[in-house]
Amino acid sequence: MKKNYIIAGLAIFVIIVLSPFWFNMVTTPMAAPKPELLGKAATTKKCVLDKYDMRANHMSLLDTWRDSVVRSSDRKYTAANGHSFNMSLSTGENSCLGCHEDKAKFCDSCHTYASVTPYCWECHTNPKEIQ
Amino acid sequence: MNQKYLIPLTTVFLLFLIAYTGVQGAGLQVFFGIVFPYLAVIAFLGGFVYKVFGWASSAVPFRIPTTCGQQKSLPWIKQNCIDNPDTPGKVFLRMLLEIFLFRSLFRNTKAAFNRNESNKLAYSWEIFLWLGALAFHYSLLVVILRHLRFFTAPVPACLTWLEYFDGIIQLGLPGIFISGIVLLAATLFLLARRIFDTKVSYISQAADYFPLFLIIAIATSGIFMRYFTKVDVIGIKTFTMGLVTFSPVIPQGVGGLFYAHIFMVSVLFIYFPLSKLMHMGGVMLSPTRNMANNTRAKRHVNPWNYDVKTHTYEEYEDHFRDKMIEAGLPVDKKE
Ligand code: HEC
Ligand code: HEC
Ligand code: HEC
Repeated sequence: MKKNYIIAGLAIFVIIVLSPFWFNMVTTPMAAPKPELLGKAATTKKCVLDKYDMRANHMSLLDTWRDSVVRSSDRKYTAANGHSFNMSLSTGENSCLGCHEDKAKFCDSCHTYASVTPYCWECHTNPKEIQ
Repeated sequence: MNQKYLIPLTTVFLLFLIAYTGVQGAGLQVFFGIVFPYLAVIAFLGGFVYKVFGWASSAVPFRIPTTCGQQKSLPWIKQNCIDNPDTPGKVFLRMLLEIFLFRSLFRNTKAAFNRNESNKLAYSWEIFLWLGALAFHYSLLVVILRHLRFFTAPVPACLTWLEYFDGIIQLGLPGIFISGIVLLAATLFLLARRIFDTKVSYISQAADYFPLFLIIAIATSGIFMRYFTKVDVIGIKTFTMGLVTFSPVIPQGVGGLFYAHIFMVSVLFIYFPLSKLMHMGGVMLSPTRNMANNTRAKRHVNPWNYDVKTHTYEEYEDHFRDKMIEAGLPVDKKE
């Protein structure tokens, strides 16, 4: 093969490998989200699990909740910190959205940043949106 | 037990432990999270460019395409365009199919004794290497592309689509990504093939096992972080965004497993240009694939043929004419 072709190909490869670097130079990256504790969450001061645990593990918690409710019709969850919760994504005072009242400023701020789009909202509703 | 895979296996364990204990015990987050990954990118690109430059400047004096079909011949003989290309366009098609579909692996055969009474040695088509390789390479590609979500914010729509299709099974929370599972399964299969198939095991070296073990370890640690032990993804994304915008920060509360993961990825990057993994660049340059088989239509002169001092018959005769005439030998020119 012609040497020039090889070098052109190599240059393209290098540009592709470095794309994470230059992509963030030509665009302005979004700042890291600071999920706001609004409404009831601002006053209770306590989530279901510890803060770090919630950040890393809330999807698994929701999975356990979902299975517990849908499969075993058990709606009571007693957390490690002694509080008990009526397991629900969005219904009632003690649900995720019952406490974290502003979904957009809380859940979505993180999810947009991390590029996750939970499909839950195809069926579940955000109580704020219904009113 | 065989040292050819025990040594690489131990090495990968040690690499894991070095980073894990280095972070958990000695608090070396800055080294494993920032210094080493930057070094790895530099070493990877430097090594890759160096290797390819070396190849680009080596001579390829001969037309040596390997062909697996009818060559271009008389008009009424059908040519096999892909397996015996004679023009650059057909070569391009052949290369495209080789690079994206691994056609030469598709032809893989195996030798085995017949199971019946005759017990003859027979060759048969063996498709599993091709399937395993295809599954492995494509799932690795998808996994790498998916990881770009940690290096872009906002994440481009094409990556979101990729995530959507990769997560289409919607099993569990966080949802299963097909590519991760396929990647681990395919590497384990390729490893099992090397260990349990005696013929492949015989030709396998430490350099064949090491990348496999390393990729298996990387995939396993990634799967553990996502589905089992859990990490603070937002914290990690702020960290990775810091890396690519040259303002690195160490996230709070992220443990040794994550650092072991990126340490092993960095080692893979550094190891890449030093190893057989360079077939990524090499496949484009393999002379047996990227040349047109047109030797009958076109004369190819070895480009490094230098002017050889020759002594033609005319010169010979000029030199010895007198003596030849004297001896009665026939000459072309008399005087
Ligand atoms: C009773 C109110 C309440 C309920 C119910 C609740 N949370 Fe929380 N949540 C909080 C509070 C208060 C915090 C802040 C904890 C802290 O700072 O230690 C928090 C923190 C979090 C965080 C971490 C935010 C950060 O800044 O890192 C996440 C994620 C979270 N909650 C998700 C959920 C999910 C998902 C559910 C439903 C399973 C839920 N929460 C249910 C009150 C609640
Ligand atoms: C196909 C529709 C559908 C989708 C999508 C869906 N759910 Fe549900 N979910 C239901 C139904 C129906 C129930 C039962 C409601 C009940 O009995 O109160 C339920 C119940 C639950 C419950 C317990 C009851 C409650 O009030 O919340 C949780 C927790 C839950 N889902 C979580 C999730 C999460 C998290 C997701 C997204 C990953 C999700 N669901 C996606 C239909 C859906
Ligand atoms: C601190 C940031 C943060 C906050 C706040 C947060 N999440 Fe998440 N959530 C994440 C991250 C990051 C993931 C993806 C984890 C991954 O990709 O492994 C995620 C994933 C999920 C998933 C699983 C999605 C999937 O398809 O895998 C669900 C469901 C979910 N979050 C629900 C919620 C709800 C409901 C809230 C608000 C009450 C919430 N989250 C608030 C960061 C957050």
